[in-house]
Amino acid sequence: MTRVLTAEALTKNFVLHHLSQSLPAFRDLSFTVDAGEFLLLRGPNGVGKSTLLRMIWRSYLVDAGHLWFERPDGVIDLARAADVDIAVLRRGEIGFVTQFLIARPRVSAEEVVAEPLRQAGIADPLPRARAALETFGVRPDLWRACPATFSGGEQQKVNLARALILPMRLLLLDEPTASLDAGARKALLARLADLKSQGVAMIGVFHHPGDVAHLIDRELTLKPMTELSNVAV
Amino acid sequence: MTLHRLAPRIVTANPLLTLSGVTRRFGTLTALDEVSVEVFPGEVLGIVGESGSGKSTLLRLMNLEDAPDAGVYSLNLPQTPGNLFALDRFDRRMLCALHIGIVYQNPHLGLRMGHSSSGNVAERLLIAGERRFSVLRGKGQQALEASEFPLERMDSPPSELSGGMQQRVQLAKAIALEPALLLLDEPTTGLDVSVQAAVLDTLKGLQRDRRITIVIVSHDLGVIRVMADRVMVMRHGRVVEQGLSDQVFQDPQHPYSQQLVQAKL
Amino acid sequence: MTLAKLTRTWAPMAYGFLDGQAKREMRRKMLKAIAVPGCQMPYASREVPMARGWGTGGLQVTLTLIQPEDRVKVIDQGADDSVNAASIRRFLARVSGAAETWDTQDASLIQSRHRVPEERLGADQILILQVPNPEPLRGVEPNMSTARQMHADADYGRLWLTLYEQIVRSGRIMQGAAYPALVNGRHVMTPSPIPRWDVEKLHMAQHLTFLSAGREKRLHAVPPFTSVTPLAFDDVPFKVEAHGSLTCHRSGITGQFMNELPQSDGGALYEVSDSHLGIKAIRARDGEPDTTGPTWYQDGSFRS
Repeated sequence: MTRVLTAEALTKNFVLHHLSQSLPAFRDLSFTVDAGEFLLLRGPNGVGKSTLLRMIWRSYLVDAGHLWFERPDGVIDLARAADVDIAVLRRGEIGFVTQFLIARPRVSAEEVVAEPLRQAGIADPLPRARAALETFGVRPDLWRACPATFSGGEQQKVNLARALILPMRLLLLDEPTASLDAGARKALLARLADLKSQGVAMIGVFHHPGDVAHLIDRELTLKPMTELSNVAV
Repeated sequence: MTLHRLAPRIVTANPLLTLSGVTRRFGTLTALDEVSVEVFPGEVLGIVGESGSGKSTLLRLMNLEDAPDAGVYSLNLPQTPGNLFALDRFDRRMLCALHIGIVYQNPHLGLRMGHSSSGNVAERLLIAGERRFSVLRGKGQQALEASEFPLERMDSPPSELSGGMQQRVQLAKAIALEPALLLLDEPTTGLDVSVQAAVLDTLKGLQRDRRITIVIVSHDLGVIRVMADRVMVMRHGRVVEQGLSDQVFQDPQHPYSQQLVQAKL
Repeated sequence: MTLAKLTRTWAPMAYGFLDGQAKREMRRKMLKAIAVPGCQMPYASREVPMARGWGTGGLQVTLTLIQPEDRVKVIDQGADDSVNAASIRRFLARVSGAAETWDTQDASLIQSRHRVPEERLGADQILILQVPNPEPLRGVEPNMSTARQMHADADYGRLWLTLYEQIVRSGRIMQGAAYPALVNGRHVMTPSPIPRWDVEKLHMAQHLTFLSAGREKRLHAVPPFTSVTPLAFDDVPFKVEAHGSLTCHRSGITGQFMNELPQSDGGALYEVSDSHLGIKAIRARDGEPDTTGPTWYQDGSFRS
């Protein structure tokens, strides 16, 4: 198995300066994920499952420790990599599927889905984008409309089609099944299984892990850290 | 404890824009205190901060409208010297005309109100040496079209246009020569909310289609969040925090950035 | 010992109205103007017995150049016989001893307002144009020090912009007189209020041209064999006035610059603007030998 991600002694605190408080999230957390492996994050609400995903995505900073991400041309530490490198990784190697679609006004659904393909330099991406929309059950008469006006469920389908259209090396899933109808959920699971067989490593948070039971290889249970510490500001 | 970020490893291109150790004083006031910035090709850098934080002063320096007390500024373009602050007036003017476009909050700073809108755009091309009327007309039209300016009004003077339209003329002027660097100084401040959204949308579309490198200054975090890949938070002439946009907005580190993000509606 | 023995008998030492110092300054500024074609040189404009705005700039240059052996011609809008032209010519002759003439070919110095003569000028002739406003950038940049900086930077984008907008607004370039022209590929000058018709006559000419503004205290020059290129777009060429098909109702001359004389019936008659050219043609028609020299234009088109 090829290693994709090695988390080494991750520590994260949220420092709330105006309250002069520090909220610890993790201390010395370590785990690994291999290619084609599905790691489920478990734990009670508020334990930091989404926080961990965001740390890997680097929308949250890591205070200490390393996130070694293996790439064909070497290893890079996501915790310390330059912002521009992270931006490159987000375009082509690390995907993040959330419950929220960032819709831009006047950009059609099919263009939203085609954008990652365009960025990857794939010519004539629209047929592939349309096929993806079809898979997730978005009605063809909506393809050329702007998703900002869609219902929550339809937006989520566009979001998934976009996020999953390219096989990334590492996929972060933050409750992607929320607000999905049965048909779309089935399509999502099929696509995840497909990506998994292509060697995509996945780290996921699911409200109902039963949905993805057959995909799960390993589980990581996070324990709550309750202590509050005061910091000098 | 904060980990130091390392130099880019995957991105091998040199930064398009490099400012290092820039200090600007106005009398006893230090508007910029040893500010360093790097912007990579195709990147959108947002600069936020309250009035007087030095963000506009920094943008004026990038547009070579002002000279610093110390510091080095370079653009990674062929045939440009190491420190643009050392250029004489003539070279400075040519460099700005050819490689840097700017949109000001106040259209009076960027436009000739008495001349036609298309003429304002054509002037850029004229400075670059274009002497064919048909090309001036055609390229001017293209630039105005890209800025989503209604072409039937292209020969009206900006003084007869609405604020949003004036910003579009400024934008067309700025992009007419396909500049390497586009500077936006509060480009939508003072516009109606709906007009603001439309102008931002145009900017976003242009950035997506042309991969222009943009530095945008705004005190409006919403504008920065929509536009920028990376954010720099300034206060009292210093950079207090910089990072990827979503990181600065979701996990601000510095007390001032936290206060700023929390204050957003 | 008498005073007469110790001193020389009185004889005039200077001529040309201006004192030696004034002429010396003018000469220096005129030489500088020749050295940097089209670049405006400031000078200390002296008082002359004429009001500012009536040709005092041209007059000071002429007074500096004039010598007793010169033959001087003065033109006012093409005519030698207007009150203004006649007065200036008589004044020049009186203060210098130079001869007066109306004939372009005969003249060694020609001071002119608004026109360049139609007959070609030679290397031994000097043309002095009276200029009301020597600054081509005045229309676009009211601040004179900024305008000088723009000249230094060859920053003429806004002049071009003016031409662009004339075409946009009117479909053609409307600038009639004082058409901006690039001299020697470097400085843009306004060639005094001469019509577009006359601008080409300055290009690679054999004669030397001075353009002097007395009120504005600046002069510039176009030396012989210097390029003078009117600003024009590559695809909207510079055009002179369409006078090629007009005929002078008095002299019968065709293909030269005409003055329009509106008639009470709403029509117009035309009269050749260069009055002495007309006189020569009328004399030739009356049987005298034709002394008309070669002209710049023939049948309305320029011959280089």
